[in-house]
Amino acid sequence: MSKKSYRTAINEALRQEMRRDPAVILMGEDIAGGAGAPGEQDAWGGVLGVTKGLVGEFGRERVLDTPLSESAYIGAAAGAAATGLRPVAELMFVDFVGVCFDQIFNQAAKFRYMFGGNARTPLVIRAMYGAGFRAASQHSQCLYPLFTHIPGLKVVLPSSAYEAKGLLIQSIRDDDPVIFLENKVQYDEEEDVPDEAYTIPFGEANLTREGRDVTIVAFGRMVKIANEAADRLLKQGISCTVLDPRTVSPLDTGTILDCVQETGRLVIVDEASPRCNMATDVSALVAQEAFGALKAPIRMVCPPHVPVPFAPNLEDLYVPNADRVEAAVRAVMGFKARELA
Amino acid sequence: MAGIIPLTMPKFGLAMTEGKIASWTVPEGARIETGQEIADIETTKITNGYESPVKGILRRRVAAEQQDLPVGALIAVVADASVPDSDIDAFIAAFEAEFATGHTGEQAETAPEPLTLDVGGRAIRYLETGREHAGTPIVLIHGFGGDLNNWMFTQPVLAADRRTIALDLPGHGGSSKDVGAGDLTTLSRAVTGLLAALDIPKAHLVGHSLGGAVALRMALDTPNRVASLSLIAPASFGEEIDGGFIAGFIEASRRKQMQPVLEKLFKDKSLVSRDMADDLLKYKRLDGVAAALGTIAATNFANGRQQEILSGRLTELRGLPVQIVWGDADEILPVAHAANLPAGIATHILPDSGHMPQMEKAAEVNRLIADLVATADARFQPT
Amino acid sequence: MQMNRADLLHAYRTMRTIREFEERLHLEFATGEIPGFVHLYAGEEASAVGVCMHLTDRDKIASTHRGHGHCIAKGVEVQGMMSEIYGRKDGVCGGKGGSMHIADLSKGMLGANGIVGGGPPLICGAALTAKTLKTGGVAVAFYGDGASNQGTTLESLNLASIWKLPAIFVCEDNGYAESTASSYSVGGSQAKRAEGFGIPCQEVDGFDFFAVHEAARVAIERARNGGGPSMLHVRLARYFGHFEGDATTYRAPGEVERIRNEQDCLRRFRQQVSDAALLDSGELDVVDREAAEAVELSVRGAKAGAPPTEADLLTDVYVAY
Repeated sequence: MSKKSYRTAINEALRQEMRRDPAVILMGEDIAGGAGAPGEQDAWGGVLGVTKGLVGEFGRERVLDTPLSESAYIGAAAGAAATGLRPVAELMFVDFVGVCFDQIFNQAAKFRYMFGGNARTPLVIRAMYGAGFRAASQHSQCLYPLFTHIPGLKVVLPSSAYEAKGLLIQSIRDDDPVIFLENKVQYDEEEDVPDEAYTIPFGEANLTREGRDVTIVAFGRMVKIANEAADRLLKQGISCTVLDPRTVSPLDTGTILDCVQETGRLVIVDEASPRCNMATDVSALVAQEAFGALKAPIRMVCPPHVPVPFAPNLEDLYVPNADRVEAAVRAVMGFKARELA
Repeated sequence: MAGIIPLTMPKFGLAMTEGKIASWTVPEGARIETGQEIADIETTKITNGYESPVKGILRRRVAAEQQDLPVGALIAVVADASVPDSDIDAFIAAFEAEFATGHTGEQAETAPEPLTLDVGGRAIRYLETGREHAGTPIVLIHGFGGDLNNWMFTQPVLAADRRTIALDLPGHGGSSKDVGAGDLTTLSRAVTGLLAALDIPKAHLVGHSLGGAVALRMALDTPNRVASLSLIAPASFGEEIDGGFIAGFIEASRRKQMQPVLEKLFKDKSLVSRDMADDLLKYKRLDGVAAALGTIAATNFANGRQQEILSGRLTELRGLPVQIVWGDADEILPVAHAANLPAGIATHILPDSGHMPQMEKAAEVNRLIADLVATADARFQPT
Repeated sequence: MQMNRADLLHAYRTMRTIREFEERLHLEFATGEIPGFVHLYAGEEASAVGVCMHLTDRDKIASTHRGHGHCIAKGVEVQGMMSEIYGRKDGVCGGKGGSMHIADLSKGMLGANGIVGGGPPLICGAALTAKTLKTGGVAVAFYGDGASNQGTTLESLNLASIWKLPAIFVCEDNGYAESTASSYSVGGSQAKRAEGFGIPCQEVDGFDFFAVHEAARVAIERARNGGGPSMLHVRLARYFGHFEGDATTYRAPGEVERIRNEQDCLRRFRQQVSDAALLDSGELDVVDREAAEAVELSVRGAKAGAPPTEADLLTDVYVAY
């Protein structure tokens, strides 16, 4: 056990699974870097260095730099998965899914059902998501609600380095297609991560804080923000449960409902665009299954329904932060039933 | 400023970086004795009584109750009544200034780190402290599902004047998850192997629960390597065991499931913290752990009964100092197993303790171990 | 290349079975008993069979919406297919896929595909598996002139080329993408497109089984021996509409009639083997009867089959969820 960054945790997960299983291969744009170029091989190790060093150990047979050709290589990853490999394909920015969505949602996601249960597609697609990187509208989206919408896909949102390693190893060993989304501003965040391989099961939410007053459901990087708000609120006498679902497909609806039953108040923090996102999904779930437990209306802390802006001051306004979470918790705490009238 | 002794935030276990005084149990100005409990210290993992390492007058309680402090931070000052208050103030100011200027980093670097040795093809992790001390070393062997951190209140105290080694049994902690047949012989050979690799010909063994059975197995198999045996709620003293605990521990994959299982270990259920459950879940997620625990359980605790009973063979340990320590409220292994043992074996039943007396009654257990070690050394030391 | 009698009979039987299967579906679909829609392969049999004769179960193919012929040629059971098309529980996909998604991975058949251009990237992946795991297998993408204009196809040609994959791209050019003629929709030529990616292309007469068989042999051998991908541009014709119910008013009057009479691959095969005295028409007639019987049996079986149960709605989405 030692302190490792989110980036290192992911790298280590890939390395350990590639050592364990020769069927695990990596493919993606510049995941080694320098293919065919006169200079350094492994020049990049991924655009943000996540796969650095792997080509040195496993060679270009198993660490495949692809052309900028997402339709072909994501589709190839699906085909390879259906025929005996365990590809981990990197899509770089999840925003690029627009040019390979068919391969993911019409092909990989549907093989098993369309083929009557006779297919296995152990495919992992890794991609970066999220704002805060000053990368503007085409490199900053969350998009996990899109994948969550598709039956046949599993969708993973690791909220920290420890979570990232265990969830990625689980993703690679999983026999279904998994979309593994990494928050690009978290790569340097460190925490204790075991050196050994370990797995975190899908569909089991993690309660990062436990409290009596309000349940905060938060996704991916928003877990950290929710924790920060919860810690501040605790000093002011409001105790919050913070629930990190870890995976949004499958979603641990049982734990969400249990927590809402216990606290009676719900705030959801979702960095994805506000229409048809995870916040609306969880709201609908709770409204339908635990309406009687609610002491106040559900509050959603989400960005506005606009593309992610470029100017730093605008982007900072866009992304939910601990202040907004804190305000939302106060609002549900201060709610009086007569306000409904 | 001679005669002024700082008391600092102790480090309980490898992962502790900060703690807080839950409550002071002694007022300022009181005379305190070495080993006297003067405060309760709370970490995210566990709360424990803090025993003064020195005697004197508790001149100043520097740490406020509920204040988070890093390990090594000043919590109190002990000095004679003759030391003027102004000296105490100056001492505190100087200490805190030095501590604030990066002293913490130095402290973290010098904190002992566990090491790993290859023992018969298995990696065995161990934590060695008090290496500078002479005398036959003490070896601490944890129980089923535990690890060397189970001795977080034991090892630092014993290591104050004795080389002390806590290890992770195969299948546990940071050791290899290959447990072979998972029987007592395999586990005890790992301990023997580690001691051989460390060039330790003979050691005082302290074993808890399954680790107690491992220590006893080792004493029976290699009597020349064992200087004394302190067995804390040891397995292999009777058939009964709470099979539900074993099964529940193996089953639990969420904190909600793990928490009630762990509560069985303690008399004071409030000692089970979120972090304790989280750490165990993290351990259980490691590759190979599920299989290792399953094998050990199947071999040693099949059908909710202990399979290998060794207490009847205590008489074979001619002349070896042996003591049995048991919590009177043990829910895992019945304290009744401590009855009807052969004559000459000291038995200590500790009130208000569950299955983990080395944590719940750390001070008493530490004293008992130290006493037996001293007795054993005296007996074998040529005078 | 000389083929032995058994292979010749097998080729003829497979082509005839496809023809029977499709012509029977044409009739049955009109009765309204078959749900959804079907795209028939009749007329194109020589292509599927000429290629798949060289393949074993370790080799993979990806097909198209017009996939029945490829399935039969790759060894998928006729009864399982027919039941699938009727939406039966004992269909090869349990009634969950239907005509456009028939697949049998145990036979190396990675599925018909409802998405035009869906197959070529998958075939790159299957070829990558063969190459990485050194199975000795090859992978074949069948696709039409319509799919030849999809970016996925062009990207796949590039990927297969740079990775030197054991892949064969079989462009079955029946002259129409739905109702739009390939003379209108395809810029340049298939062969020049292949050449642009450094991939050899063979122009093939898709009405001539032996021409397809020989061209495929060369391409597949090349792939198996590490020589990388090839393309076959197979010109052929479909006898029915894009889908059943398509009135095909975009085709010239008498166009299909003329092709059926003058170019039909089955008729031509019979002529060729008779002329060369390899098989006599008597044994071919027997095959015709047997193929018809097999299809007749499959239709009866499919009609009698039970639909999936309500519980089947929720299964087979994930291996575990």
